[in-house]
Amino acid sequence: MKSTMSLVKPAMRGLLAKRLRFHLPIAFGLALVAAVAFKFTVTEPRKQAYADFYKHYDSMKEFSAMREAGVFESVRPTGK
Amino acid sequence: MLASRALVRGLQSGFWRRVSTSSAAWAAHTHDVDVIDCSVPQYNNRLDTPLPDVPFVRNLSAEQKKLKEKEKGSWTQLTKEEKLALYRLTHELSYAEMRQGSKEWMTVLGGIFIFLGFTGLLVWWQRVYVYGDVPHTLSEESVAQQTQRMIDMRVNPVHGFSHKWDYEKKQWK
Repeated sequence: MKSTMSLVKPAMRGLLAKRLRFHLPIAFGLALVAAVAFKFTVTEPRKQAYADFYKHYDSMKEFSAMREAGVFESVRPTGK
Repeated sequence: MLASRALVRGLQSGFWRRVSTSSAAWAAHTHDVDVIDCSVPQYNNRLDTPLPDVPFVRNLSAEQKKLKEKEKGSWTQLTKEEKLALYRLTHELSYAEMRQGSKEWMTVLGGIFIFLGFTGLLVWWQRVYVYGDVPHTLSEESVAQQTQRMIDMRVNPVHGFSHKWDYEKKQWK
């Protein structure tokens, strides 16, 4: 039945190259998107949060509060 | 042509088997259900082996032999049932039958859950009858003291623990 008609010869070579041509740009693109998304959803807000925290940070006030609470061993609360 | 070659090979290996074992042992092992001779080619149902090493049916009955003789002629003379019979002589399962799958996974999953449940019972028994008392630092009062100390130390004041405590109102935000 198939002797009069011939099939198209399938691709025998370059199969990996063909796959890479298609998938590598996608892979690189997705990796880049993941990195950019992480930067703008995690690292930038985190940096901003730390900047905001330390903008109006009074270290002496915090130290006195911690000392009065009694967490230090080098300085006891001012009462003693 | 391939079938006749396989048939000849099947007959030959059958012949050598008959010669190498005694007649009594041969009579017991004619259909080798329990003991498979791994030193000769075997039949297999595999998706990647369309033509196994030996045909499925090796000991042909008289009418099967007649069918094989008819196969040596022109295949257009064969009826549909004969072609199917020839296929079933050389193959046990068709590709569709091989790919079929079964409901075995339900049994497996059920077995997994049964044994997990039983293990849970054992772990519970162990918790009640084997383990000793929990340290006193896990009591309510001790945990409250630890939490107060963490707040006093300003643990993770930017994002974490102490960030959630309102120091003016002295309560959780």
